[in-house]
Amino acid sequence: MQDCTYLIVGSSHAGLTALDAIRMIDPEAPLIMATREDHLPYSPTVLPYVVSGRSIPKKVALRDEDYFKRQNVAFLRNAELKSLDVAASTARFEGGANVRYEKLLLATGAQPSIPPIPGLKDAFFHVLRTMDDALNLKSAMGSAKSALVLGAGLIGTHAAENMAEAGVKVTIVEAKGQVLPGYFDKDASALIETAFRKHGIALEFGRSVKEIKQGRAVLEDGAELPFDLLLIATGVRPQLSFLDGTGVKTANGIMVDEMQRTSAANVWAAGDCAEARMFQAQGTGVAGILPIAVEQGRIAGQAMVGDHGVKAFPGSVLLNTYSFFGQQAISVGIGEVADGETCLRIDEAAGTYLKIVLKDGKLMGVASVNNPIDPGILWQLILRRTDLSEVKDRFLADPKAVGRMLMSRLWR
Amino acid sequence: MSAYNSLTYNASLCIGCGECMMACAKAKTGSADDLSQSRIKIVVAEEGKYEAALCRQCGDAKCVMNCPSGALTKNQANGLIDWNADTCVNCLLCTVGCVYGGITFEASVGHVAKCDTCGGDPACVKVCKSGALGYVTTAAIYNDYGKEEDLFAPGLAACQGCNSELMIRHVLRKVGKNVVVAAPPGCIPGMGTVGYNGKAGAKVPIFHPLLTNTASMLAGLKRTYERQGREVTALALAGDGGASDVGFQSLSGAAERGERILFICFDNEGYMNTGMQASSATSFGSWTSTTPVGDKLQGKRTDAKNMPMVMMMHNAAYVATASSVYMEDFYEKLDKALEASKKGFAYLHLYAPCPSGWRFPAGLTIDICRLMVESNFVTLWDYEPDRGLVFTHPTDKPKPLESYLKAIGKYRHLAQEQVDRIKKLLEDRLAMLKRFAR
Ligand SMILES: Cc1cc2nc3c(=O)[nH]c(=O)nc-3n(C[C@H](O)[C@H](O)[C@H](O)COP(=O)(O)OP(=O)(O)OC[C@H]3O[C@@H](n4cnc5c(N)ncnc54)[C@H](O)[C@@H]3O)c2cc1C
Repeated sequence: MQDCTYLIVGSSHAGLTALDAIRMIDPEAPLIMATREDHLPYSPTVLPYVVSGRSIPKKVALRDEDYFKRQNVAFLRNAELKSLDVAASTARFEGGANVRYEKLLLATGAQPSIPPIPGLKDAFFHVLRTMDDALNLKSAMGSAKSALVLGAGLIGTHAAENMAEAGVKVTIVEAKGQVLPGYFDKDASALIETAFRKHGIALEFGRSVKEIKQGRAVLEDGAELPFDLLLIATGVRPQLSFLDGTGVKTANGIMVDEMQRTSAANVWAAGDCAEARMFQAQGTGVAGILPIAVEQGRIAGQAMVGDHGVKAFPGSVLLNTYSFFGQQAISVGIGEVADGETCLRIDEAAGTYLKIVLKDGKLMGVASVNNPIDPGILWQLILRRTDLSEVKDRFLADPKAVGRMLMSRLWR
Repeated sequence: MSAYNSLTYNASLCIGCGECMMACAKAKTGSADDLSQSRIKIVVAEEGKYEAALCRQCGDAKCVMNCPSGALTKNQANGLIDWNADTCVNCLLCTVGCVYGGITFEASVGHVAKCDTCGGDPACVKVCKSGALGYVTTAAIYNDYGKEEDLFAPGLAACQGCNSELMIRHVLRKVGKNVVVAAPPGCIPGMGTVGYNGKAGAKVPIFHPLLTNTASMLAGLKRTYERQGREVTALALAGDGGASDVGFQSLSGAAERGERILFICFDNEGYMNTGMQASSATSFGSWTSTTPVGDKLQGKRTDAKNMPMVMMMHNAAYVATASSVYMEDFYEKLDKALEASKKGFAYLHLYAPCPSGWRFPAGLTIDICRLMVESNFVTLWDYEPDRGLVFTHPTDKPKPLESYLKAIGKYRHLAQEQVDRIKKLLEDRLAMLKRFAR
């Protein structure tokens, strides 16, 4: 049995940000960071670029061995958390190693969720969440002529672009009527789709796969799509079997309060594995995005170490930045709100789009395509519920300049 | 960990001329034509008022935390957030992290861009005529002296926010171990620098003279060392009571005789460790426990004695005033004072606002120090007999005196006539000092 003050499981954004927050206050206490990976810490977000070859696996590490030495951290690789005893504060890892902790952070992220499509279990398919997934996809892509991607979320669209650029004939099947549902509306999505089609990617919207057979997918309407390579990107969900029998409260993710505490004493959770309150909606949810994993990781770390500077998690604002074929799309907050006021500017020829949604003088959301905005500033304006009524017209005309002006004043 | 240089922007001075943006675009792209290439962005706030978006080189930078490819890093050597073009994947998540608009996507170059302070010689600052942009290099001082041993023990029992504690630590870092320190009754020994039975808070020889005989005792010690052939710095760390009231006779005598000592007065305008009684250095109108505010009295009835001016009139080898907000200036003066004290009497007057006695929040000490100088409530200068007086901080564009008085509780009751009297006094004193300036 190993003893430590802090045990962090998962070595990606949430875990690493928590680690830094803990070490800021407590540089000494025994800290173990465990990951089931064999690699140095890396971000899942970088994987599409590993697939495309833009990023070299060796160079994407978020921390190196020396960092763990300097921070006085025991970094355990190939250590998959198998079960927990929250009453005895012990964690059991693959291979039987046991760790007794005083405080535990679960930052185990999410895993691809595999839809229950008949025949899929027995078929060979790819997913994209780990470095090994990316390397596998990269090499498979080399010999494939056609690829089928299920799901047009961030992962599916990124991977489809990678494969199309590598000369593979790609088809995306998406049950909803557009790409990136949840982040962009149909108009914005249409601009993104144009780029995809231009690059030879076939988009099959509103369709779903009934069955997977050897080398082909059968759709609901009986149509068949052949493929050399199949990628499943229909969403992610936390894999939490290590909580079985612990009584720790979960829904889609591990339920946490505004300090990232779980229902068990001395156990915190952050990032893609955690389900926290939403800022612009009732109830709770798994945000599943990197900036929120960072926010939550920091709060969890500060709470664990007793940092007086800790501020409660205000709730997840959904936001994303998305680059595709050298173009940019950004979305912050919500795109539709009852009794809201929407300002929409689309220039189809130029391929630009900007939508700003206000309610009662406050910002609810902004979405843009090829229209550079400052998402960090807009996120703050939403979180602070900044009253924009006085500068409304100017803000709608130039959200960038007015946003910068407001934040420059606020952060004096 | 080290302190870093930083770019500063003062919105109230900015005239929106755009020179900084042109200089930046030129420095970064070779041409000033495309202002969108500038990494500093001046935006219009309202008619004639401006704001800036600029990378603040944060200590806990969210752009770095949000970067999935390791392309952004905090450079521990110079404090900059470095951006690596090779590893950046253009995901723009850094721009989600930044609340200042300091790292932004620049369509014309196809990637994010941010300020790198031109490697420590920012082009924007050089062309800023209004003085809105500055490049603060004081960090170098903290790094240099931070390496020196702090010759006071940790955990001195000064009040929270004590400016004197901060400054005695700086002083001894510079002066070093070859010193004998006299600390007469006051806050400085009161916080535990002088103790007994091995419990002194100083790691150098320190003694506790009477309020009355500090300068004479120290002068005697210095002469004794000299007779033994030892060159030891003789240093007094006294309060304003120990300098301008009770200790004045011996101080004046030592200055007149040209004793080779350095006398530093930490002026917190009163006897703060014994219950905030007024001293002759307490400013007019101040509330203290002996100049209360009530029916008969509205704070102190007389003006503060201007000790540094009095010491200048002794023709001492070196006299200077200093403040902890201008540390480069302070260290320069301390250097000169140490040098002068080898040949004659040196006197350094440090303005040391006191949160407990003056009634302002402990977190604001440095702000108060700054306001004090910027409003001309005190002036910074130094004096050498054969060179005369030189102002070391401009006095021509003072901030309104009210901004200083309003920030401090001991002036809360002041009536307009009292404020006017202080103004008049300050103007007269400044005019008088100017006559000594070369
Ligand atoms: C292809 C792709 C593209 C993406 N693009 C974007 C984007 O553009 N913008 C955005 O905001 N987000 C994006 N994301 C999502 C983003 O990467 C995640 O939100 C973020 O990584 C969450 O961080 P985390 O630390 O919570 O979890 P993760 O990054 O998932 O890390 C969890 C870690 O825990 C380890 N682990 C899991 N279970 C165990 C166990 N039982 N024992 C030990 N270790 C375990 C895992 O191996 C992993 O290292 C993308 C994700 C993918 C896959």
